[in-house]
Amino acid sequence: MAGGSADVLHLDRDSPLHRLPPEVKIAAAVAVTLVMVATPREVFWAFGGYAVLVAALAVVGRVPAGWLGRRALVETPFVVLALVLPFVGAGERVTWLGLGLSVEGLLGGWNILVKGTLGVLVSLLLAATTTSRDLIVGLDRLRCPRIVTQIAMFMVRYLDVLVGEARRMRVARISRGDDPRFLWQLRGFAAGIGALFLRALERGERVYLAMLSRGYSGRMPPAGAGVASAGQWLLAATVPAVAAGVGVTAVLLS
Amino acid sequence: MTGPVSLEVRGLDYTYPDGQVALRGVDLRVPRGARVALLGPNGAGKTTLVLHLNGVLHGGAGTVTVGGLAVGRDRATLAEIRRRVGIVFQDPDDQLFLPTVAEDVAFGPANLGLRGAELSARVDEALAAVGMSAYRDRVPHHLSYGQRRRVAVATVLAMRPEILVLDEPSSNLDPASRRELAVILRALPVTLLMVTHDLPYAMELCARSVILDAGRVVADGATVDLLADAELLARHRLELPYGFDPALAAAQLAARDRPPAGPASAQEALA
Repeated sequence: MAGGSADVLHLDRDSPLHRLPPEVKIAAAVAVTLVMVATPREVFWAFGGYAVLVAALAVVGRVPAGWLGRRALVETPFVVLALVLPFVGAGERVTWLGLGLSVEGLLGGWNILVKGTLGVLVSLLLAATTTSRDLIVGLDRLRCPRIVTQIAMFMVRYLDVLVGEARRMRVARISRGDDPRFLWQLRGFAAGIGALFLRALERGERVYLAMLSRGYSGRMPPAGAGVASAGQWLLAATVPAVAAGVGVTAVLLS
Repeated sequence: MTGPVSLEVRGLDYTYPDGQVALRGVDLRVPRGARVALLGPNGAGKTTLVLHLNGVLHGGAGTVTVGGLAVGRDRATLAEIRRRVGIVFQDPDDQLFLPTVAEDVAFGPANLGLRGAELSARVDEALAAVGMSAYRDRVPHHLSYGQRRRVAVATVLAMRPEILVLDEPSSNLDPASRRELAVILRALPVTLLMVTHDLPYAMELCARSVILDAGRVVADGATVDLLADAELLARHRLELPYGFDPALAAAQLAARDRPPAGPASAQEALA
């Protein structure tokens, strides 16, 4: 299980972006995404500016374009939707290469495509430069409710254990001749999910016992030091600030 | 038996809420610094007894005293008892629940109120004791099973316990990991109670053994004597591995523990 399924999105490098404290990166990523989404879809060249900004971030973070591109494929379903919209959209129509396309649909498709792609790229950059562990630490420092960060932390730790268990159960099932290729053969799989749930429940109880035995009293001890400095906050704030600048200028000029 | 006592269990009874009787008047005394094996078949009540030692289970008759402090119900006493009794559970994946090795080792001492440099020193000390210092910042699920078990031992050592309780420490380990763990456990300067049905492992690590069956202590004595009593073992569903001779193993252990003279006399014996 080398690599671990939780780490698929993380790129283990050293760069200025990797070294920034996680809470700063999370805040900057959320802010820059908000700016992009709030930009009116008609100010086309603002999105060009955002694309340059994202590319610059990828260079600073030493994240290769191919690596980003492969992982950005998660948005494929939305791309399909964006491509369909011009054909099914209502209202005014234009003719292009003999195809009658809806103007409203074209703009709608462009809106989904460009904002979705930029948003996915920003999230991927955040994940590539921050380990899942640090993301949780960052959320915790941003005053995210403790219960949420704790649940997320357990998920990070036990996801691989559960995936391993599910894999072993699957191997044991197909070793006894199960071949769930068709819908009506899913019974074994469904029963496996139930067994997995029970195992997870039992494990939860054992983990809790082990925690109690080490003095757990309902509160996790506070996470270590290394909180972001004012300078780091300022540095990260330049990213959404530049994006906002690009957006506002574009709106004013159009 | 005089001198300081790490663990004293007296007349412990316990019945599970579903009516199943697990312990029927258990008495056990472990002097400080001793290594004792707790043997017994599945369902003998071993794990139930272990969970009484730090007050996770309670409510039946009898008392448990750890280093002079009786296990009570109030928060302060329980916190101190849980520092004194370090339980290493059978599955290291149950014990290691935090994303990195160092954080997990720090969990116990942090619950005791340690912070900063002092906490970090505790973590280093505990990891060094099990030979895992190089894995400080690793993710537990990337370690081998044997390594994870050693880290699990460190998570408890970091609390500087009065007594270390190990639940089936040799289970699922390959022979090399099993031997490495034995070397580490033998070198630890703590009182040790080892719950197992791995009889050769008990023999290797513990001079004294206690057999628990159906919630009662049925035998308490030198491990080599208990293991040599085939009838006693058979009566309590314990079995030595095929071909294992306790008398021969005892001789080998004695030779190993007699440092300078050991090899020389062995050579003489061969000559």
